[in-house]
Amino acid sequence: MFKAQTLKAAFISLMIFAVFIGAWQLATQPKEAAATAIGGDAEYAALMGKGQEKTGFPPPARVGKAFVEYLSDPFYDKGPNDKGIGIQLAHSLGRVGLGFLLACLVAIPVGFVIGMSPLLRRAFDPFIQILKPISPLAWMPLALYTLKDSDVSGIFVIFICSVWPMLINTAFGVASVKREWLNVASTLEVTPLRKAFLVILPAAAPTILTGMRISMGIAWLVIVAAEMLVGGTGIGYFVWNEWNNLSLANVIFAILVIGVVGMLLDLAFGQLQKAVTYVE
Amino acid sequence: MWSDVPSRAAISAAAALASSGATPRKVPTVDGFLKIEKLSKAYIAAKPVFADVSFTLDRGEFVCIIGHSGCGKTTILNVLAGLDTATSGNVFMDGREVAGPSLERGVVFQSHALMPWLTVRKNIAFAVKSCWPEWPAPKVNVHVEKFVAMVGLSAAIDKKPSQLSGGMKQRVGIARAFAIQPKMLLLDEPFGALDALTRGTIQDELMAIVRETQQTVFMITHDVDEAILLADRILLMSNGSETSTGYVPGGIAEVVTNPLPRQRTRASLHHLDGYYDFRNHVVDFLVTRATAH
Repeated sequence: MFKAQTLKAAFISLMIFAVFIGAWQLATQPKEAAATAIGGDAEYAALMGKGQEKTGFPPPARVGKAFVEYLSDPFYDKGPNDKGIGIQLAHSLGRVGLGFLLACLVAIPVGFVIGMSPLLRRAFDPFIQILKPISPLAWMPLALYTLKDSDVSGIFVIFICSVWPMLINTAFGVASVKREWLNVASTLEVTPLRKAFLVILPAAAPTILTGMRISMGIAWLVIVAAEMLVGGTGIGYFVWNEWNNLSLANVIFAILVIGVVGMLLDLAFGQLQKAVTYVE
Repeated sequence: MWSDVPSRAAISAAAALASSGATPRKVPTVDGFLKIEKLSKAYIAAKPVFADVSFTLDRGEFVCIIGHSGCGKTTILNVLAGLDTATSGNVFMDGREVAGPSLERGVVFQSHALMPWLTVRKNIAFAVKSCWPEWPAPKVNVHVEKFVAMVGLSAAIDKKPSQLSGGMKQRVGIARAFAIQPKMLLLDEPFGALDALTRGTIQDELMAIVRETQQTVFMITHDVDEAILLADRILLMSNGSETSTGYVPGGIAEVVTNPLPRQRTRASLHHLDGYYDFRNHVVDFLVTRATAH
């Protein structure tokens, strides 16, 4: 029964996709009538930007062509403004990975300490509450001024946006470890370090992983905007560059790639989360 | 310090023993292995939950404490475990004052308190490694398997707690407490969450293991029959209450010695001479004198 439902759902998904592509195709069909109305002067029509298929919103086939073009050769490098999508993605993923890793290195230990000590939790709370809602891009000017490097600034922006959900979740997870497990550890005279790694960490791991998953989602959202600002390389820069080229087909292609990569990242963290989740 | 005046508990125990005309059995040697002296706990200074609680446990003795909710049984047990501190009074075990938790006292928690992310084997191995950090892995494993077999769970040794029934989880909790071979066991209503049938089986198992290992046990229970089956002595505890002459804190109202032979079993318990007299005495206490809230 479950399998039958999966099949049905897949069928409906396909239908939705087909309807969407069909509507898109219909909406972007070249308007023959407009061209003839001008009086058959093809040259005039071309000058007015009419009838010339290229500048309108691209139909699905053109976007499909962009897919084939970029995916058939993802790693070419023809100078700063023309790199394969694989190279752009690698730059973006590199920045996200580095910023995220730095955030982990800060947020998890600090969250651990805050979670263990109600006093520190209170002391840190105002800072976290004020810093958390700041758009990471607002940090960009400060980052550019102090770090003096656009690449490092991008990584910093990823760091600052990833750090909060992880910090808050780690602190929450550590603070809500069941009293009884800690009591067991106490009666067994477990050393503080062993207690931290063998009792508190596994107990809080699902909550910590949830924080990491949220952080990764936000980081992937922010990297596009950050790269549009700092430029040079990356998927965000690619989108901006193709907008400047007025190549909407490539922009649509990039949007879909961003979506797919984001989904894969989330799936990976979903798997990690599954691995550390326990049933009580 | 050890030769001070006999405590109230010891006197009443002796009195109870004398009056009950107990059938001849091996009485554990009175050595005051665990001594509790004038323990009290107050959250509001003027109204302590219990005060002046003194009793002793002998080596190899099984003592149950029974009383209504809120009288402070669990607090006393936690103080003995070193997980809680008393407002005043002292606890001595084997001549040394209890200050903080120790591997010398194994605790079985009401809610089993197993780590859900570890298998049965690893849960117990965690305790064993905490107790003997220098042991190599094979030795730990042999030890773990021995204690899992003791509670009859060898078939489930590599399962996670979530795959076990409530009774099995509690058995693992008991195996974990025994595995560190503590000088005494503290059980906080270990069978409270179990159905009557499972409870009976595990009571039998616990009794067999305790008799075999000569373990000293202090146990909280709400179940009179459980106390009569398992305990050599039963401490009857009263709640704190407001009387016409003012507030009277809770405490140990009476210590009764179990007059029934030590070889008693659950199946034949209610056929033994003196069972009903003894049971009525305890139930009467709970109904009339323990002052429930």
